Amino acid sequence: MAATDVDFLGKNVTKLADFSAAEIEKVLDTALDMRRIVADGVKKKPLLTGKSIVTLFFEPSTRTRTSFELAGKYLGADVVNITASSSSIVKGESLRDTLYTVEAMGVDAVVMRHKAEGAADYAAKVAKPVILNAGDGAHAHPSQGLLNLFTIRQHKGRLAGLKVAILGDVLNSRVARSDIVGMTKMGMEVHITGPKTLLPRFFGKTPVIVHDTIEDAIQEADVIEILRIQLERMKGGLFPSTREYARIYGLNSARLKAAKRDVLLLHPGPMNKGWEIAEDVAYSEQSAIREQVANGLAVRMALYALVLGGVA
Amino acid sequence: MSEKILIKGGRVVDPADNIDDNADVLIENGRIAAVGNGLAAQDAEVIDAAGKIVVPGLIDMHVHLREPGQEAKEDFVSGTRAAAAGGFTTVATMPNTSPVVDNAALVRSLQERAQTVGAVRVEIIGAVTKGQAGQELAEMGDMAAAGAVAFSDDGHFVDSAKLMLNAFTYLKPFDKIIINHDEESTLVEGGAMNESENSFRLGLKGRPSVAEDIAVMRDVLLAEYAGAKVHVAHISTAGAAQIVRAAKQRGVRVTCEVTPQHLLLTDDMVELTDTATKINPPLRSRSDTAALQEALQDGTIDMIVTDHSPHAAEEKDREYGYAPSGFPGLETSLAVMLTAFWHTGKLTLPQLIAKMTSEPARIFGLPGGSLGVGKAADVTVIDPDYRWVVDPTAFYTKCRISPFKGREMRGKAVLTMVGGKTVMRSGKVLV
Repeated sequence: MAATDVDFLGKNVTKLADFSAAEIEKVLDTALDMRRIVADGVKKKPLLTGKSIVTLFFEPSTRTRTSFELAGKYLGADVVNITASSSSIVKGESLRDTLYTVEAMGVDAVVMRHKAEGAADYAAKVAKPVILNAGDGAHAHPSQGLLNLFTIRQHKGRLAGLKVAILGDVLNSRVARSDIVGMTKMGMEVHITGPKTLLPRFFGKTPVIVHDTIEDAIQEADVIEILRIQLERMKGGLFPSTREYARIYGLNSARLKAAKRDVLLLHPGPMNKGWEIAEDVAYSEQSAIREQVANGLAVRMALYALVLGGVA
Repeated sequence: MSEKILIKGGRVVDPADNIDDNADVLIENGRIAAVGNGLAAQDAEVIDAAGKIVVPGLIDMHVHLREPGQEAKEDFVSGTRAAAAGGFTTVATMPNTSPVVDNAALVRSLQERAQTVGAVRVEIIGAVTKGQAGQELAEMGDMAAAGAVAFSDDGHFVDSAKLMLNAFTYLKPFDKIIINHDEESTLVEGGAMNESENSFRLGLKGRPSVAEDIAVMRDVLLAEYAGAKVHVAHISTAGAAQIVRAAKQRGVRVTCEVTPQHLLLTDDMVELTDTATKINPPLRSRSDTAALQEALQDGTIDMIVTDHSPHAAEEKDREYGYAPSGFPGLETSLAVMLTAFWHTGKLTLPQLIAKMTSEPARIFGLPGGSLGVGKAADVTVIDPDYRWVVDPTAFYTKCRISPFKGREMRGKAVLTMVGGKTVMRSGKVLV
């Protein structure tokens, strides 16, 4: 099936497991058009005039919420932001009722971030507006997975056959989960490492290759994605100190030298520089970390356009 | 004038009395008067049981009737009617209510409530620790004197090994059993399903099987050291089954129970949009269900329970991680067991019925579980080939949720009698 035959209208974007390789290609192709719109400097393309979007964030976020908000605005949609602390949610309203309220106001799409795994799928089940998952617990963050693929394709010209190393807290990361699903669908080979306490114990049929050392994991990698390490994990007894983490699992320039010269570095942000990634590595020429943010905007514009019917 | 009922022409399966034969059951004044062939009784009401199976009223030692305080989930009226519908004549209700049943006054008030509104008999299980908080012993002696059938902090693991040992030791003179929910707390904190390939896929925090294994091992060792009895609630792992098997072999007075869901359902059916699969302990792997089935067959597992755990619709209708654990089981248990274990030849009918009647009665010292002459006429009649599909909207329980929804069943209780009074006939509860 040619990618152009893929029909997205009304599709809920809750997890990449629901996407075929052709659908992922279609999002990436559309995002390329969107990037040109942003690059043109005329940041108003009235593809979604008359559409309304609500961002419903139950967890704090700056970059993702702003990215989804601006993406909607650049395409001419009306965007309203709701955060948990300033809404009826603090009065104990259930997720179903919050969604019904938004739905009753004629909203076309809801962008949702929530602490509970499955919140977005639950929303898609009970509510009529299209649901775009901006992160549900440790489960999924599909737009992040897509923007990572987009960034990789931009640099490498392809996805299939590439080797990626994902470093860090894979167990608790919705980004890593989305990457593993998306990247394996696109024919990439996924290697992971990190403290064993932060890696899943059971992978089953999921085709990932687990390494004991960062050196083994990044050897011959075309892409390295560094995950954010959270201090709560240390307090939870999962690793001893940020110092030891940096020493054993952090990406520093010495380790980077041993990697492929043209290796591409990704990080979903926000970074803990000096812990999981060294300052000079973060700003090295291999780093696409700042580019990821721009690409995230393009990918979210593409998702809106595809699911709300704004593709010319 | 005496009231007589004759249940005629059925296959009587009464494991307590070693009976498995075509026979009639004569009931007089609410008690079993005779079991035998060709019984005749003038002016008796005759119940035709030809082609049916007649068994002692089923007993379920692990249900949550949710009174006091959680009547939105279930109450004694709805819960005992669900029991009657499922063929149960005695259910034992757990004390994790609001407030917790941790004193004799509450035990007595619940007994009275059961007498007044219960469609079937209700036994009261008291808490092991005050408020089930795991800090101080509850007044188990007083509750035992009031007639509490057993003690449990079900829903919680008693974290302190010292307090658990004290509970086993203290309770010895009272001849009651402690029923333990065995999942080590720190290992299951925040967990929503079995730790597995599927928990990795869904991003849900896992409740590893080793949490149950070490908890069962701890409590078996503590009971052994104390010389006390212990009953392991809703066993769910291969490891726990092996620990109980080995403990029994060396003479530890340990017994255990299993639910139909833990025998048959596995964690690969967990999906984020269906909270019907969320329970504690969680649905496990295929190797666990296989090991549990084997443990049921070899006698390691003593009884079948439902862990009937109803919740209000709005509580289960939400994000998977936030939904409470549990679902009702009284109206599916017998059918599921007949379908999956008897019709497949994995258990004989006497083996299966024993685990739902005589075994719980013997272990917990209940008066029922037998069709012996002189016993109260608690009787269940089963249509062994009745085919039906599980439809939770037709349940008597307040909670219309089941992971068995849509599954085809073969066999069903068609009559439930408590003390000679018919409380359910053809699926319809009469009280």
